[in-house]
Amino acid sequence: MADYKWPDAQKRVHIGKRISRIDGPDKVSGKAKYTFDINRPGMLFGKIVRSPYAHAKIVSIDITEAQKMPGVAAVKIIQGPGTEIQWAGDELVAIAAVDEHKAEDAARAVKIVYERLPHLVHDEDISKVPAEKINRAADGVTGDPDKAFSEAKTTIEGTYGNAIITHCCLESHGQIAEWTDAQNVLLHPSTQSVSSVGGQLAQSLKIPANNVRVKMDHIGGGFGSKFQIDRWGVECANLSKLAQNKPVKMMLERDAELTVAGSRPSIYAKVKVGADANGKIVAWQSEAWGTGGQGGFGTLPMPYVFTGIPNQRRRQMTVATNTGPSRAWRAPNHPQVALITMAALDDLAAELKMDALDFFIKNIEMTGVRANVYRDELLKGAELIEWKKNWHPRGQGTGTVRKGLGLSIHTWGGTPHASDCDVTIQPDGSVEVKLGTQDLGTGTRTVLNIIAAETFGLPLDAVKVMIGDNRYSPSGSSGGSTTVGGISSSSRRASVDALNQLLEKVAPTLQAKPEELEAAGGKIQVAANPAKSVTWKQACASLGSQPITARGKQPGQGTLATGGVGGIQMAQVSVDMETGIVKMDKIVAVQDCGLVIDLKTAESQVYGAMIMGTCYALYEERIMDGATGKVLNPNMEFYKLAGIGDIGQMQVHMMTGPGHDERGVIGLGEPPTISPGAAIANAVANAIGVRVPTIPMTPDKVLAALAGKGGANARV
Amino acid sequence: MPGKEERMQGFEYASPITKAQAVALLSEMRGETEVLAGGTDLLSLMKDFIVTPKRIVSLKGIPELKGMTFSAAGGLRIGAMTTFQELLDSPTVRRNYRSLWDAIEGVTSPQIRNVGTAGGDLCQRPRCWYYRAGFGLLGKDESGKALVPDGDNRYHAIFGNDGPAYFVSPSSLGPALISLAAKLKIYGPKGERTVTAEEFFVTPKSESDREYGLGSQEIVTDILVPAATGIRNATYEVRQKEALDWPLAAASVALKMTGRNVDAARITLGHVAPIPWRSKAAEQAITGKAVSEETAAAAANAAVADAKPLSRNSYKVQLARVAVKRAILAAAS
Repeated sequence: MADYKWPDAQKRVHIGKRISRIDGPDKVSGKAKYTFDINRPGMLFGKIVRSPYAHAKIVSIDITEAQKMPGVAAVKIIQGPGTEIQWAGDELVAIAAVDEHKAEDAARAVKIVYERLPHLVHDEDISKVPAEKINRAADGVTGDPDKAFSEAKTTIEGTYGNAIITHCCLESHGQIAEWTDAQNVLLHPSTQSVSSVGGQLAQSLKIPANNVRVKMDHIGGGFGSKFQIDRWGVECANLSKLAQNKPVKMMLERDAELTVAGSRPSIYAKVKVGADANGKIVAWQSEAWGTGGQGGFGTLPMPYVFTGIPNQRRRQMTVATNTGPSRAWRAPNHPQVALITMAALDDLAAELKMDALDFFIKNIEMTGVRANVYRDELLKGAELIEWKKNWHPRGQGTGTVRKGLGLSIHTWGGTPHASDCDVTIQPDGSVEVKLGTQDLGTGTRTVLNIIAAETFGLPLDAVKVMIGDNRYSPSGSSGGSTTVGGISSSSRRASVDALNQLLEKVAPTLQAKPEELEAAGGKIQVAANPAKSVTWKQACASLGSQPITARGKQPGQGTLATGGVGGIQMAQVSVDMETGIVKMDKIVAVQDCGLVIDLKTAESQVYGAMIMGTCYALYEERIMDGATGKVLNPNMEFYKLAGIGDIGQMQVHMMTGPGHDERGVIGLGEPPTISPGAAIANAVANAIGVRVPTIPMTPDKVLAALAGKGGANARV
Repeated sequence: MPGKEERMQGFEYASPITKAQAVALLSEMRGETEVLAGGTDLLSLMKDFIVTPKRIVSLKGIPELKGMTFSAAGGLRIGAMTTFQELLDSPTVRRNYRSLWDAIEGVTSPQIRNVGTAGGDLCQRPRCWYYRAGFGLLGKDESGKALVPDGDNRYHAIFGNDGPAYFVSPSSLGPALISLAAKLKIYGPKGERTVTAEEFFVTPKSESDREYGLGSQEIVTDILVPAATGIRNATYEVRQKEALDWPLAAASVALKMTGRNVDAARITLGHVAPIPWRSKAAEQAITGKAVSEETAAAAANAAVADAKPLSRNSYKVQLARVAVKRAILAAAS
């Protein structure tokens, strides 16, 4: 049995270095083809007729006129008369036509009669939500909170919260589906699940799972919203069937993308938290609510990170609203509860007249097993942002534009997903790594390239990486920060096995035992006497005509990847006291993720996460209209995202080296997305002297807080 | 075959080369034809079926609508089809008409600056999200009830909002042009006429009205900005983002000054009313005063004294106040 482990630190040639993304040039030059870019011969365009009403019963649907329109190839009712629609934008009729405009025109020709029903689209103010729309869930008590609060020296109470945001993938959801014959479908999706989305479609179409071929080279954003085939994926394939198997391309329009294709649940909470005379947290109480549309959002990890607060009372409710359903959003629930917890603790620190950094460190043992990691990270972050120099007591800034500092702590799992990987060494020396994974922003190709090159002692360009096809060996969905851990483990095992087979072949030539050989510097050499060597090409020539293919698996022998990370972020902002506009000065992330395969792509993940976090802290909000039940801002004009000028300076420090490397690889996609909202919110409170209780911290809310009108939902 | 119920939104694209041809191609029935300048607004309106013209008349091929001329005595003539970027790149504009230059700099999308035109800026339609979602210019539900007053009006008007219009004028250049006492040359079937920039903007009273004073067969041909010798002017926009973002409030100020003293003032607010909102109260407050933080603040207070915020936009009163104060200080600096 091979011994699977990572090379020793001093022997690593590629691993842990700062290596540019291998598909970067293709992406910036436009050579990389995303699903949106794929066009197939004879392709039709699909459109969906959506409900304009948030809650309605379908009385009748008349598609006769649409069917007769020029260029229309197929019309299919998705949800027919009698159906009760629960959110505006839900799918009712699918149409395929020869071009997008004809499909759109046909969609407008469908006549639907609705019986409108009352709707609820807002949940910010729980007192205005009818009782029957509230589901109680997940109450819990630890210790004796009542006694602890009665004995606490200092107690603060506040309401904090997060508006609903959407995933807002720059490449919207969608796919091209075509029946290649009566039993087989070719699918080009935009998916986080290359290996499993085909099976989902096959099940809906009632054909064998193997009959759906899935191909996707590049994805333009997913963030947790692209695991499923989705109704539009199934109907796209149905339209193809109805249209004599012609390919049908159906990508969601921007308004649909922002209305139905993914949202992050709102979460609000009334919080009470108390400390003793020494500034130790003694009690926590929270009553949380939020909406994920008609569904809930799982048990909230509240209080966040500080799970060891000795006395707690936790209550959680979900509000059923007539809004587009929620989907997993990069570290589901964590950013929202981080905001609530860290803001409440920051308010407590301010009430105690303590420096927030000192207060968090003082209570760090309550975070449990990773307390020491957080402490180290806080101290590192404080150094990078010059906390002690720049911090001032809350609200003690002066002038029109005031600066503030804030911090937050986060945690995540990131254990690897299952993954099979095939590595082939050809007799001519070429190397291929192949598996059914995807690159969601994880640097998947680059990581695979690094691992195979490292294992074989080759330069990076000696390895060919092939992903994005479900005919390759299956690998897990990219969700939960599982990808790099999974694919690095399977590809390492496959590479080690392939190398061992090669060493077997080469050993006689070098008059050594296979286990005495190593691959390094483009050679196979005797480890104890590197002068005894053959070049990689010579070694591979000994294979004759038969290439080596080895399959590596995760999970497997030896621990190459684990889970569990902690990170901290610190933000510095400038707030214009007259306009309430918050500008990012700087944000610092200190993050561990075990063994870093590629420092550059790891840092990129963190940069991206901090940009995303700046967006939801300051700008993003899905704004629902109470009267019409529609999303008012399903566009890139009023669904606001930061531009380059809005993100300030960013600094990333990855915790690497001894104490981290030996843990193996741990996923990183989600954890750094968790803290920005809380760190920025705390920085704003530090700058202006009062809490802006909910995010995004738009000027109206900042001014309201300054005017002392800042309740949880104060808009003005 | 499709009959009268055909949904296809086919339209003619006319590309005249003279303004006379352009006007002849425009219908006397409002909405049957639309004028295409840069297209940054019209195309999205058409894609959303907010406007459904049968013919588009492009002004892109009309040489007489392009370019700028300037003389110290006569001032600046801006052809209506001059792009934002051309104005931004003009040393003349930057040196003499800073309020215009500031306003254009606030359009932070290079793409829009490269194709968006001065004339188009004056004639673009409101960004009100009820209007853009298909509830009409005045934002009414199926029963005719106005959606804005009880709805989400965070970006709506705080002046001139007695109804039925509640949206804000989206024009970036309008406030600056009004404060600079600019005039607009308009061409139509009856020939040429000239109006002040201030008169050009109107608050619609009905769904079929427009927010600008053009007949359906008229086009803006020239913007005439008087010589601004000795006129200190600036625009201040309150925008949340550095990246492309509509101002939450803006103010353009033109001050005739002797030393620090203001002899005459024109102050116009943007994005606070269905039209660019001239504030005579602010002008009076600053006239005869030396510009200082205090006098600017007093003028700013005067500017918003009569503001009537809707249910969710009282914060805009403060933002309008700040815009006026900062624009005065910037102009005088």
